[in-house]
Formats: sequence, C-alpha cells, structure tokens
Amino acid sequence: MIGAAISRIDGPLKVAGRAAYSYERQDAGPALYGFIRGAAIAKGRITLIDARDAEAAPGVTLVLTHLNAPPQAPLVAKPTIFDRPNPQLAGDGISYYGQPVALVVAETFEQARAAAALVRVEYEREPGAYDLAAHADRAEPQETISLGLPGETRFGDIDRAMAEGPVTVDETYTTPYHLSQPMEPHACLADWRDGRLTVYLSTQMVAPGRAALAETLLLDEDRVTVDAAYVGGGFGSKLYLHAEAVLAALAARALGRPVKVVLTRRQVFTLTGQRPATIQRVRLSATPDGRLTGLGHDVNMQSVATLPWIEQTATVSRSLYAAPNRLTRHYTTDLDLTPGEAVRGPGELPGLLALETAMDELAHRLGIDPVELRLRNDTDIDPELGVPLNGRRLADCLREGARRFGWERRPAEPASRREGSWLIGYGMASAIRAHFQGATEASVRIAPDGRVVVRSDTPDIGTGTYTIAAQVAAEALGLPVEAVTVELASSTYPKGGGAGGSYGAANTAVAIHRACRALRERIAQAAGGVPSNDLVGTARRLFPEGVEATGAIVGQAEDPNFRNYSQNTYGTSFAEVAVDVHTGEVRLRRMTGVFAAGRIVNPKTARSQIMGGMIWGVSSALHEAAHVDPRYGSWVNGDLAEYVVPVHADIPEIEAILLDDHDEHANDLGMKGVGELGVCGTGAAVSNAVFNATGIRVRDFPITLAKLLPGLPAP
Amino acid sequence: MSSIATHPGRQPGRQPGGVPTRLRVNNRDHVLELDPRTTLLDALREHLHLTGTKKGCDQGQCGACTVIVNGRRANSCLTLAVMHDGDDITTVEGLGTPEALHPMQKAFVEHDGFQCGYCTPGQILSAVCVLGEIEAGIPSHVTGALTAAPTCSDAEIRERMSGNICRCAAYPNIIAAIREVAGGRS
Amino acid sequence: MRAFTYERAETAAEAVAAVARTPGARFIAGGTNLLDLMKLEIETPTHLVDVNRLGLDHVEETGDGGLRIGALVRNTDLAADPRVRRDYGVLSRAIVAGASGQLRNRATTGGNLMQRTRCPYFYDTAMPCNKREPGTGCAALGGLSHNHAILGSSEACIATHPSDMAVALRALDATVETMAPDGSGRSIAIADFHRLPGDTPHIETVLGPGELITAVTLPPPRGGIHLYRKVRERASYAFANVAVALVAKVRSGRVVVDRLAFGGLAHKPWRVEAAERLFAEGEDAAADPIADLVLAGARPTEHNAYKLPLVRRTLAATLDTARQGETS
Ligand SMILES: Cc1cc2nc3c(=O)[nH]c(=O)nc-3n(C[C@H](O)[C@H](O)[C@H](O)COP(=O)(O)OP(=O)(O)OC[C@H]3O[C@@H](n4cnc5c(N)ncnc54)[C@H](O)[C@@H]3O)c2cc1C
Ligand code: SF4
Ligand code: FES
Ligand code: FES
Repeated sequence: MIGAAISRIDGPLKVAGRAAYSYERQDAGPALYGFIRGAAIAKGRITLIDARDAEAAPGVTLVLTHLNAPPQAPLVAKPTIFDRPNPQLAGDGISYYGQPVALVVAETFEQARAAAALVRVEYEREPGAYDLAAHADRAEPQETISLGLPGETRFGDIDRAMAEGPVTVDETYTTPYHLSQPMEPHACLADWRDGRLTVYLSTQMVAPGRAALAETLLLDEDRVTVDAAYVGGGFGSKLYLHAEAVLAALAARALGRPVKVVLTRRQVFTLTGQRPATIQRVRLSATPDGRLTGLGHDVNMQSVATLPWIEQTATVSRSLYAAPNRLTRHYTTDLDLTPGEAVRGPGELPGLLALETAMDELAHRLGIDPVELRLRNDTDIDPELGVPLNGRRLADCLREGARRFGWERRPAEPASRREGSWLIGYGMASAIRAHFQGATEASVRIAPDGRVVVRSDTPDIGTGTYTIAAQVAAEALGLPVEAVTVELASSTYPKGGGAGGSYGAANTAVAIHRACRALRERIAQAAGGVPSNDLVGTARRLFPEGVEATGAIVGQAEDPNFRNYSQNTYGTSFAEVAVDVHTGEVRLRRMTGVFAAGRIVNPKTARSQIMGGMIWGVSSALHEAAHVDPRYGSWVNGDLAEYVVPVHADIPEIEAILLDDHDEHANDLGMKGVGELGVCGTGAAVSNAVFNATGIRVRDFPITLAKLLPGLPAP
Repeated sequence: MSSIATHPGRQPGRQPGGVPTRLRVNNRDHVLELDPRTTLLDALREHLHLTGTKKGCDQGQCGACTVIVNGRRANSCLTLAVMHDGDDITTVEGLGTPEALHPMQKAFVEHDGFQCGYCTPGQILSAVCVLGEIEAGIPSHVTGALTAAPTCSDAEIRERMSGNICRCAAYPNIIAAIREVAGGRS
Repeated sequence: MRAFTYERAETAAEAVAAVARTPGARFIAGGTNLLDLMKLEIETPTHLVDVNRLGLDHVEETGDGGLRIGALVRNTDLAADPRVRRDYGVLSRAIVAGASGQLRNRATTGGNLMQRTRCPYFYDTAMPCNKREPGTGCAALGGLSHNHAILGSSEACIATHPSDMAVALRALDATVETMAPDGSGRSIAIADFHRLPGDTPHIETVLGPGELITAVTLPPPRGGIHLYRKVRERASYAFANVAVALVAKVRSGRVVVDRLAFGGLAHKPWRVEAAERLFAEGEDAAADPIADLVLAGARPTEHNAYKLPLVRRTLAATLDTARQGETS
C-alpha cells in the first residue's frame, strides 16, 4: 500500500463538483452574506464613518464598523503566529492598504456588495514608508527569525576569504513580493447557535485557527468548532487567521444567524500577507579548482513593526555547501504594508534564487561545469551544526538529473546556441529544504459496523493527505485502501501540525501509522495474544462498542533525531529555455527535477506536489511579482490579470523524479515532506538557463523581457 | 440538499421583485426570480446550490467558473443569469457523478490532473469543449495555417486551456488527461 | 454593483429607443468588460438593455466584395469564419491572440471595440484617475506605468486601449456602422472611432450617447501575408505589451508593407500611414526606419521606455516572419 501510486480517494468527489468547500457548505442552512469594505489609504486614521445609507439599503441586516464592533483581543505578535489573534474593526487606525473598515451583512450577496459601497468613510492620510529600496538604509539586524532560528550565523572570516579569493562573486539580488493566491479565495461560513460557534473555514491550520479565533472573540476554545473538509489551496496564506473568519463570526454572533464571508480576489491581495520583498547580497570565494572558501549571504527584507514576519531566507546557505568561512545574516526594514506571511517555499524560494544564481556565476567565472562545482562542495556533515546531514542525497540527485536531462549537451559558452530566432540555454540548480516535525496526533477506530475510520485535524489542501492517510492505515492494518474511511480537518479530531511547511502529510502519516500499531496491539491483547488475520472481524467480536487507538509524534524540539541530525530534503532541477532574440520573451522548453525526500507513500500525488512546486519556481524566475505603489502603499497589480502566474501555455512537459529513498533518521516510516521541495532551486535553474541562452545576467527577479531587451544582440 | 428544506425563511431563487428567468441546467428546468445583478455563477452556486462551479476571481481572470452555455464554454462570472433565459447550461455536476464519471473526469482522476480541486470543474468543462473546438476547426493562437484545420497537438491544447489557471500548477497532468481522452476519440 | 433594471431588446431600433428613454441606461452584449467594471462600481448603469438577441450576429458579404460583421458576432465566430480566415487573416490572428477561449465565446465585435483600458489605477477606485473620475488626476503618471502608452498620451491620461481585434481592424481600414437614438445610421472610419485622451480621457470613442454599433464592415480583401505578433508577459491570456498587425506582399524574399498597425502603444490602435509607404515597391522593408517614423513623438515613462526597442524588435521579427513566406 505504501509506495503505491493510487489515485486520490477524494478525486471522484472533486472532479464531479461534489466536494463542498467552506463557502459552499449547506450544513448551517441559508446564510446571510457579508461583504468587506477595505480602506482606501495605507496609513492614517478614519475621521468619519457613516453607515446610515448602507443600513437603510435593501436586505441589509448589519453594518459593523469600528464604532460598533464588539470587543476583541488585542493584536499581539506571538512567535507562534498561526494562533495569534487578529482583531478586526478594532479602532480608527489604518495600518495597511485595504484594511477592513466595515462589514456589511445582507440577505443576498448582491445586496451586501452594493451596500458596502454605500458606507461613507473619510480618512486622514499620514505619510508612510512603502518602498523597500528607498528605505533600505533603515535595515535592522535580526537576532531571531521565523521558526525561532538564529538570524545570524558566523564561522571563520568571510571578509578575509573574499579578500584572498582568488575567485569571487559578490552580487546583489532582489526578489519582489509574492502572494500565495490560492484559487479558492479565503472564505468562512460562521454558524452561531446555542452559545457555540462553528466555522466552516478555508484554512491550513485547524487547531491553531480555532485558538486564534477563540482568543480574538474572547471565547472559550471549547465553544468553537472549525471544519475545513476541503480547502482550495493555501500555499501559506491559509496558515493564518484572516479578516473573513473573524468578521463572519462576529456578525453571526451579533445576528444569531449563519453568515458567510469570502474575500474578493482583489481582497486576497490586500488582506492576506505577502512574501516579503528582499535585497540579498551573496558572497562566494573559491579556489581555482572550485572549492568554496567563503560563503556569505545577507538578506534585507520588508517587515512590519507590529507584526514582524522574518522569512528564513539566508538559512538556505547554512547547510547546502561546505566552506570554512561563513556568514548568514537577516535584516528587516519596516514598512507600512500588510504584515508578511509564509508563501510556498518560505525562505528557500527567494534564498535559493539568489544563492544558486550566485553559484552559477561562480561556475562561469571559474570555468567549471555548474554540476561539477556543486559536487565539489558537497558535504555529509552540516557545515554549521557539525552533525550529520541525514538523507543527504544531493550528489545522487545531481548525477541522476544531469543524466536524465542530457546535461552534457549544454552549450558551454553563453549565447552560443541558436535555433531560428530562439536563443537556447540550459541551467541547473541545487535544492535544499529543512524538514520539520510538529507535534501531531491521529486516531484510528474500528466502528461497531466494521468501518475503519482514520481521523486527524490536518486538512488536505491538495497535498493528498486523504489518500496518504488511507494508504498508511491500510498498510498498517493489512486492509485494502477501500476499507479505510478518512475524516480530516475538524477541530473535533486529534490535533495535527496542520498543512504547512510540507510536513502535514508526512507527520500525520507517522502518527496514523503509530495509531494503527497501537490498535492492532489492543486487539491482539484482547484476543489473548492470538494474532488474527481478520482484524476487523476480531475487533467487532471483542469490542461491540467499537475500538479506537491514537498515535502521536512529538515536536522536533523534543525529538533527539533533530538534535543528532540536520534534517533536510534535497534535489536538483535542470531547465532548458528559449529566448526570442528579437523580443526577449522567455519560454521554458523542458525541465527535469530529481529530488530525495525520504520514503514516498504515494508517488502519484507526491510527483504532483513536486511538479506544482517546480512550476512555482519557474514563475518566480519569469513571472510573478506584486508591485506596491511607493506613493500610496497600494498593491498596484492586485488581480489575476495583472499579477502574472503561469498558464497552461507557459508550461511544457516536466519530468519530476523522486529517488527511491528511506530516511531512517527522520521517523519510523522514513518519510519527509515533499510539498515545497519542488519550489526550491527551480527558479535559479531557469535564471541560469536564461544566462546560458543570452549571456545576460538579470539579478532583479523576475526576469522579464523588459530587463533582457537592453542586453540582447541586434537580431 | 435536505438541510435547505429544514430552514424556512428565504427561498433561494425567489427574490421579491426578481426578474423571472428560465434556466435549463443539466437537463432540468428551473424557473428563478432573480435580482438582475445575479451572475450566472451566483445563480448556480447560491440559488441552485450547484457549487461545483467555482468562483476564483469573479473577474474573468481565472476560468474556475467555466460552464457550458448552449454548447459553448463561457465564464459564468461575467454574464448575468437574466441574460440566459431559456438557455441550456451544463455544469460539472451534469457531466458525471462520482459513481458514473464522464471520461474526462475519469482521466483527471487517473492522471492526477488536480490537487486542491478548486480549479478542476472549470478545467474539466473547458477540456471537454476544447476538444470539440478543435474538431470544429476553430483556430487558436498557435494554429499554423488559418485555412487548414487545427490539429489536436499538445501546443493547441495548452493554448486553448490557458484561460483556466491552476495555482496548484497541475498543468502537465491536466494535459496528460486531455491527451488520453483525445486519443480515445480519434 | 448598483441596482439596475434589465430589459431585453429584440431589434436595434428598440434597443436604441430603450437606452434613450432611460437616463443612465447602457447596452450590454457579452458583458465580459461591463460586468467586471460594474462589480467595482467603475460603471454604474441604472438600466441595462440586452442587445444579444437583436439578430446582429451574422457575417455577410457586402456588394463590393467586403464583409459586414454584425456587432453581436462573437469573437470566436469571427475568428473562425472561413472568409475571415482566408481573406482577413490578420483579424483572425488578432482575435485569437486575445483573452481566452471562453471569453472569446461571449465577447462581441461591438463590445470588443468599446472595452475600456486595463490601467490598474483605473481599476482601483481608491486611486485618482481622470478617466474614471474626471478631474481627480492620473495616478499612473508618476506611478507604475509598465504597460502604459508611449504615443498620443496626455498629461491627463497615459492609458492604452487593450483591444487586439481593434488593431487588426485599423490595419484593414474597417468602418464602424452605428444607429443613433433617433434610428438614423452613420459610418465611422475605424481611424476616427477611438479618441486620444487629451483633456477628456473619460470620452473614449466618437459615439454619441445611446448610439449603438450595429456592424463593422471590411473593405474588399487586399491579399498578402497577414500576421499579428503579440508580445506579452506570459504565453497566453495576457494583454499586449506591444502588438504588430502586418499585411504585406512578399516577392523573392522582399517584404512590401501594405498595412501596419500597432497595439499596446496608445489610447487607440496606432497606425502611421506614411510608414507603410517608406519603402518603394521592390525594396525590402527594414524595421528601423519604419519604427523611427512610427515612434516619432513618443513620450515614454521611466517604466515603459522598454517599449521603444520592443516596437523596433517586434516589427523586425514580424518582417522576418513575413520574409519567410511568399505571396503571389
Ligand atoms: C481576463 C480578461 C482578459 C482579456 N484579454 C484580452 C486581450 O488579451 N485582448 C483583447 O483584445 N481583449 C481582452 N479582453 C477583453 C475582451 O475582449 C472584452 O471584454 C470583450 O471584447 C468585450 O466584449 P463584450 O461583448 O463582452 O462587451 P460588454 O462587456 O458587453 O460591453 C462593453 C462595453 O461596450 C458597450 N457595448 C457593447 N456592445 C455595444 C454595441 N453594439 N454598441 C455600442 N456599445 C456597445 C457596452 O455598453 C459596454 O460599455 C479580456 C477580458 C478579460 C476579462
Ligand atoms: S492613465 Fe488614464 S486610466 Fe490610468 S490612472 Fe491615469 S487617467 Fe486613469
Ligand atoms: S471566477 Fe470567473 S473567471 Fe474567475
Ligand atoms: S487543483 Fe488547485 S488550483 Fe488547480
């Protein structure tokens, strides 16, 4: 069962349109519709708010503004940001563009939307800071960054290594704001009855979401239930509690009727957090034969003073290559924008875009093949932590990738291969991603009717968790997959770590595996130690009321594996691009990725995860960038026509390979997370391919045609 | 849908002063009285509770709301329900059921042509129509000679599917699914 | 979206009368632009007159050998029409380079000409915009203007017209046929149809209030190679940064430009007739001198100056493609 490429068990429901996402749930009966009105300024104060016209509009049942919003918990910056409260309409202050200033609730969506426009709001605008580059001189060094990691690490003397060279790279790379933009906009249906609140919420984090919501609403947690049976993608943006949930809940409580609120697509740009823009300086020094002597990575990123989000961007440079002199540092520059949040591949995506482009620059200066350069700096020991890098399969990935891709046919000289009006180039990059472990529980039960039910509060956001859970349980219990029912994403189920950081599916799988083992033991014990080959039959006979067991794994802080080893996943990607010699349009022609992420429960869904991630990497190299107007602090390209993500025509065939692997130092199943590994390094592979095609090095991502044009040869 | 009946109050699809509109959806006739502002998308989702049709942007920019109107695919978010009086509409629910999937739905499951599943109904309806459009000889941006019939190449399929964004980026698998169905046809 | 009343007209005369009758009334065709803007209350009609069932959805041959395209002909149908494909390829090509398959199934010939700019500040109602709210200023000037106009813009507005179809129609010298509220008709040359922004960027065409487009006519075919080259930020489903519509004769590898129009550069399709005649019959057209003439008077911003080389290069690419063909 484990290792079988079976199709998703939730597939038929999804392709037939029968899987109900939060806004679509009919469980609470007819709901009222809430529509959010956002602020027209990025910084300042509301000087007047007049809801009378809105209140008088047809169908309107409630207008919430800061004047009548119920008391809520204050905003606090917790290190565990997923459960931080997120009070709404809490005062007249505006601290980011589009911040909710009113919620209008009406009988129909059309009425609510129209009435929201009738709320009269006047503001006093205050000057704000919105431009990272313009304020970069205010950058503050950070001691602690996301996940509690140290902001700075230092070994040896990078300045000396750079001075001694002999071959060096010292370049600055900039990456723009990215937004998760899952296809399902953030939505919540809130049902308040008998003093209890049930929210059907589009979230990646059930238990922390519930804690955050309860705290915000000043409610006892046990009066709140969160249900996220189907989630239309998250990519980080649904790890946090957002306005739609809080406002729907406030309105439902005030009205005693179910209320649902969904963000408009434009609001998904203003009301969910962005991956901070960065300015990164990468320094590399090497011997002529390509051994790194120094590796420095400084990152300055946008943050927000009240709710800092400091992406672990330079951490990619801590475990990937050996070098005696090392320095990684994180700085932040506070701007008056929406607080930052995790966006798929937090840290790794922008960090590797810079580091792995710099490695390509080094290879070019050294005249060494880029694959060879990486092999020469491979290491089994974490160069900073001094412990073994378990499951270090980087060299295998490099060799296998190069072979499959046909790397030996790479044009040795940049801008040397042309096919008609296309300049052709190959590029590659390495990938590393930290593997995480969060305290996770799961249960398995054999019901009186013989159904085998696995439960966990971890949502399946497209990660394949429903399917993987069934496979793990089926294997552990010796049953066919069809015999297992998987129930996910209710706060009444055992707490998982949530669907974030790629670890949701892997951690949950281990917990389920342990629960099944425990269940078997219980049944065997009750049967007097006699093993049975009819587990379900035996269980029904001995436990007419049903029997249940739970399994758990501890958080990584308590797991010795995480002290004794440096836990990561690895990979490489190879890309071929064609650049139109006239117009600078870049087309990805093909791509191969080879990754090692421990044991793979379901190669079909894992491959999809990896492939999707690779396409995100492509997008970071060529397409995606959210722009802030430096005068107004507004998101300028705040819709899906202007925020350019790849469409079908941009994406060719992609080869995504997961090495046959089993990481015994990760956990009992030998599994690690795969969800974000594919985004790692793929952007740099594309960026390096563009250089190989054109000889033009663009260090300001994404690489758009406008940036290539000045360097293109006369056609 | 039993839960609706147990909650008296507003009747979905019957709005005071609404414009009477007859929609034939998945071979069933519905007479609705709608606020003229109601998009076809919201009529399907909020009034007929056919929530298989998704709202990804409400601006024509993603394709999640794709339905088939009188045999042609359209973005249901950028058209008013009242404009479709008498029209024949097919949503993903009308294509197949979980127990009896349409070949395209089956191919999407088989090839893992989705992850979160939110763009999926739109992708599937588009895919079914794309094959029809190619057969009907409708040209696309990548069609070679305009006077010749387009072929069912991957490039043609990709171009024609480009109005359906998948943020999970299941694109290669979606193309594989469509290719399989197309292969079975010719 | 503000409340409005709705009616469906059965004839063109009825439609114009209905709009004339009700202040704030508007036609709705495919709805793919109007409804988007109504949701944001950038457009706030009080009454919608549905023109989808006026019977104006046919492409017919005209007496002089041209084509008459009903205003309600869907973009898909126009692009797929065998006569258009054979004789006006640049039009088919331009249409299928725009939007998406499902949008083109709804979008109409009239609506496409009337679609409004995609300037992101126009779309953000919190921003000053002379086009949306005359007199408030132009946020794009001094703002992010990556895909704004470089030609024909004014201090009041630097927006572009986003239509691809219109660029081809400009190259083909199409004529827009209309019906005024009193039922009278007129013909407007496509060159005169869209206006430059000047001090009144909110007035985008020469149509009078309540004037209905009934058809677009094409003069007899001119033969030649028809190309439409659209450069954009992704391979499909994006508006043009620069687009080139070219009709040309090619003999022994030499390109003779017949018609040349550009998209993505201005508040209307851009065509400089003199640039088409720069090279004499028998000479091979070269991109640079043509581009010099087309770009005369260009006023780029710091963000869209890339369009200057891009126009040159896209034109060169298009001429190259033409050169590989051969016409009789
Ligand atoms: C995501 C997206 C991407 C797009 N990409 C492109 C692109 O790449 N290239 C491109 O060219 N276009 C693109 N479009 C625009 C699309 O082509 C237009 O929205 C469409 O052509 C408008 O036609 P319609 O019939 O839907 O107009 P409607 O929305 O119905 O009407 C638009 C306007 O025209 C008026 N009108 C309609 N018919 C008449 C008539 N007969 N007489 C007088 N006035 C009339 C209406 O009153 C309204 O003001 C895109 C649109 C979207 C949503
Ligand atoms: S360019 Fe025109 S449309 Fe854009 S903000 Fe300025 S005035 Fe408005
Ligand atoms: S919801 Fe209609 S296109 Fe996105
Ligand atoms: S499957 Fe998630 S957006 Fe396509």
